[in-house]
Amino acid sequence: MEIPYTVEARKDTGLYNAKVGIWLFLASEVMLFGALFSSYILLRVGAASGDWPAISLAWPHGLLNIPIGTFNTAVLISSSITVVMAWASLKMHDFGKFKLYMGLTLLCALGFVSIKTYEYHEKFTHYEVRLQDGKIMTGHIQGSPMFWDLKTLADKKITALDFHPDAAKHGAKAGEAPAAKEHAKHAPIPVGEITYLSAFVPKHHTFFAIYFTLTALHALHVIGGALVMAFLWLPGAKMWKTDPERFTNRVETAGLFWHFVDLVWIFLFPVLYLL
Amino acid sequence: MSDNHSTADLKKHIRTYMLVFLALLVGTAITVGLYYVHFESVALTVSIALFVASIKSFLVAGFFMHLISEKKAIYAMLFTTAVFFVSLMFLTIWAMNDYPVIKP
Amino acid sequence: MQAPSHTAEHAHGHDAHHEPGFLTKYIFSSDHKVIGIQYGVTSLIFLFFGFALMMLMRWQLANPNTAIPVFGKMLEALLGDVAKDGIMSPDLYNSFGAMHGTIMVFLAIVPLAFGAFGNFVVPLQIGAPDMAFPRINMVSYQAYFLGGVVMFISFFIPGGAAKSGWTSYSPLATVADLAHRVNGQTLWLLGMVLLITSSLLGAVNFITTIIQLRAKGMSWMRLPFFVWAQFVTGFLLLLAFPPLEAAGIMQLMDNLFQTSFFLPAGLSVSGNPLPVSGGGSPLLWQHLFWFLGHPEVYVLILPGMGIVCEIIACNTRKPIWGYKALVNSVLAIGFISFIVWAHHMYLTGMGTKISTFFQTTTMIISIPSVIILTALFLSLWGGSIRFNTPMLFALAFLPMFGIGGLTGLPLGFNATDIYLHDTYYVIAHFHYVVAPGTIFALFAGVYYWFPKATGRHMNEFWGKTHFVLSLIFMNLIFMPMFMQGLAGMQRRMADGGATYSMAYAKENNTGTQDGLSPKIIKMNKTVSHAAWALGVVQIPFIINFFWSMKRGRKVTSDNPWEATTLEWQTPTPPPHGNFTTTPEVFRGPYDYSVPGHKKDFTPQNQKV
Ligand code: HEM
Ligand SMILES: [Cu+2]
Repeated sequence: MEIPYTVEARKDTGLYNAKVGIWLFLASEVMLFGALFSSYILLRVGAASGDWPAISLAWPHGLLNIPIGTFNTAVLISSSITVVMAWASLKMHDFGKFKLYMGLTLLCALGFVSIKTYEYHEKFTHYEVRLQDGKIMTGHIQGSPMFWDLKTLADKKITALDFHPDAAKHGAKAGEAPAAKEHAKHAPIPVGEITYLSAFVPKHHTFFAIYFTLTALHALHVIGGALVMAFLWLPGAKMWKTDPERFTNRVETAGLFWHFVDLVWIFLFPVLYLL
Repeated sequence: MSDNHSTADLKKHIRTYMLVFLALLVGTAITVGLYYVHFESVALTVSIALFVASIKSFLVAGFFMHLISEKKAIYAMLFTTAVFFVSLMFLTIWAMNDYPVIKP
Repeated sequence: MQAPSHTAEHAHGHDAHHEPGFLTKYIFSSDHKVIGIQYGVTSLIFLFFGFALMMLMRWQLANPNTAIPVFGKMLEALLGDVAKDGIMSPDLYNSFGAMHGTIMVFLAIVPLAFGAFGNFVVPLQIGAPDMAFPRINMVSYQAYFLGGVVMFISFFIPGGAAKSGWTSYSPLATVADLAHRVNGQTLWLLGMVLLITSSLLGAVNFITTIIQLRAKGMSWMRLPFFVWAQFVTGFLLLLAFPPLEAAGIMQLMDNLFQTSFFLPAGLSVSGNPLPVSGGGSPLLWQHLFWFLGHPEVYVLILPGMGIVCEIIACNTRKPIWGYKALVNSVLAIGFISFIVWAHHMYLTGMGTKISTFFQTTTMIISIPSVIILTALFLSLWGGSIRFNTPMLFALAFLPMFGIGGLTGLPLGFNATDIYLHDTYYVIAHFHYVVAPGTIFALFAGVYYWFPKATGRHMNEFWGKTHFVLSLIFMNLIFMPMFMQGLAGMQRRMADGGATYSMAYAKENNTGTQDGLSPKIIKMNKTVSHAAWALGVVQIPFIINFFWSMKRGRKVTSDNPWEATTLEWQTPTPPPHGNFTTTPEVFRGPYDYSVPGHKKDFTPQNQKV
């Protein structure tokens, strides 16, 4: 006996196997991201009230790059439309268009991941410093090194830190933070005065912890989805000749996953960047 | 098979896809725009942002993922999932916020 | 994504002239029966391994801080200073305890009940040629196997295996071994991610198979109850595991990247402030863990109930009483089990409103469980029972699960649980459910389906011996634990409760007259002796199992038990693709002794 309903739909359910499978898988993904969203809410509601960074356990606002985040949202949304177009092209037996749209989707995926990498790098080179006199600053270190902390300073035998503080105060009203790019005047800070130094890495604050966890997990999904689609675009596309219906189904299933990844981002973007 | 759209059908669908695409871009613009407008009430900001996100996700799920016209089995599956997700979120939040307060 | 592509290996299996090599046939097979057997053998080995850990721990409990005979030296040679002079250190006890729980739950019972029996039996019972996604099925087993390897390796890394219980509560799990950056807990989490992946793939596959691949005429209400149980189990795994995966990822971040998902501010360890940002919530871990944890206990028990139901129907030669009630109950259990989890957390200072909510749902979920048990009991009424080995195990399941279930009620009430929480009462309660409960059901399943898988029967005499002795020793192990728990003896104690050393003071007439009575502490010895005896009486089973594969009595027909369900209407053992002709189903699963029929059983695929 052969396994039935791999291509054609079963009468009573109206579905082919892979479609049931992918939706079940997506259901479990809903629970995965749902649990992380719930965790986000609880951490955020549980955060201290007041303005970060003056109150270090308060929830920070406006630390992420909104224009870039918006652009990346548009990129991902575009990839959703191209992937659905790729599928529709197959349905209309236009293999050339399928190749085009799938290629565009992959391009979007690549763009999304590259931009995300740039954003990560931006955070890894952005620092918070606390000084003995109680002053707290955020800003960059000369040369934009990543991941420095007090131990790095000691190891590198640095005596004065060439620090460029951000001009705008973080936690300021919306609209100010991202615009202010010009750096305030500065003089190197003697290392002895520094009580705390950390880049915007996961351990710096639970906000960054959940930000990096959620976005990294999401990026892994993007990469995974892109790999599958790259397979369908190049070597897997051979199947169009031998078994077009099944190939179309495969593209549809991959597309469903891709839309889900898009859907997750639709929530991640406002929650992490804007609220 | 109901999946087998005719080409004319598909052309219509493609129009819908394009409209949805536009709507998604507009939704993104609205959310970001509101961020710069800035409301006094945090609750209002959060509600609007989540409302727009919900609409957007409804569009993606409904049209790109064809949930608008899916089979019963899939609705049942997703409904179950939604119920469990909501109970996870809601009960956890409730539990973390209901603790005995000791009166002096 | 999930798009199946098995035409290749399918054509392969049908190619009569091409003998698949050993590797493709037994190791990298995508045939559900082979995968089922792989799951079965691997999980039985883990079952014994988890039990072996406990047998060693029982020495420490019975004779605290004395050298373990023979094995103590071996432990020292293998693990070093944690077993200095053959004495089990508290650290080692903690590791063994945490790993006993983890291995038993995630590497032994679930893979055996779901992976092994589910894989082998479900496609056969619904009349399908294989699982819907055979290659994903294979990957699922491989992920499980890798997860097991990671867990096993963790015993031998510096610092030893995870020590924070199978529940891995934060912050303990994060700070238990600060000396090693990659420690037992890290491997535990990585292992869990693999095991969860395996379960998810398995669940997707099972549910799709049951929805899509039912034979013609196999409507939902004609499914054997076992298939229903596996169906619900699949959903529990599918939807309850991801939150634990999320929690696992966050704990991994806490452990590897010093984030504070589960760490509050101001945490000190041995007097030193922990250099983390704080701002996290330890309770969050508990919520996410128990969101899986409670459905997981139904994952442990539902397949067992399914097996018992099949065996009782066959060996009473009459239809199951209340098939519809069984199906509705198992569905109800599936749903409600997602909203009872915080009954494990009454001691965390939850308020009265939320406690009341969880007490209520917990009491409600006991109703369908009682319905299932009652229906199975009533099914015995008026049957002409065949007392073969599988039936004996199935019959013993009923009262054992009954004891386990009923003793759970006091744990579901806030007021009583505050006293009973974390005592040996809890240990006794859930072990009655999983050890003489589920394990007996699984043994029953092994004896029952062995002839289908191998074409030979297991030896009845040794089977019955195995049954009687196991039943006695199981009860000797777990019954005293109820008393110990009620007396207040805490679980997870490396010194067998001697922390409450007033017991010893009392015995020697020194000190005050409070604390555990010496009688309670001495029960540790009885229990330990029974546990070792239980180990010994598994030898007949092991020998019987292997001996019967080669030498057992050959079956005389494809349907040696004269059962009605479809798995018995195939050749023995079933070939690749299972059925020689496409089966069609005409009747419900339990048409035994139908009046007017020639035989006392009418298979589902028989028209008249
Ligand atoms: C039949 C042989 C078994 C014996 C003699 C046994 C004995 C024990 C004992 C004495 C403890 C308490 C240890 C302590 O608190 O220090 C324990 C804990 C536990 N056992 Fe078993 N057990 C057996 C089988 C099982 C099975 C089949 C399961 C499957 C689910 C299981 C799951 C657990 C779990 C989850 C814990 C809690 C571990 C922890 O504290 O984190 N056990 N067992
Ligand atoms: Cu529970």
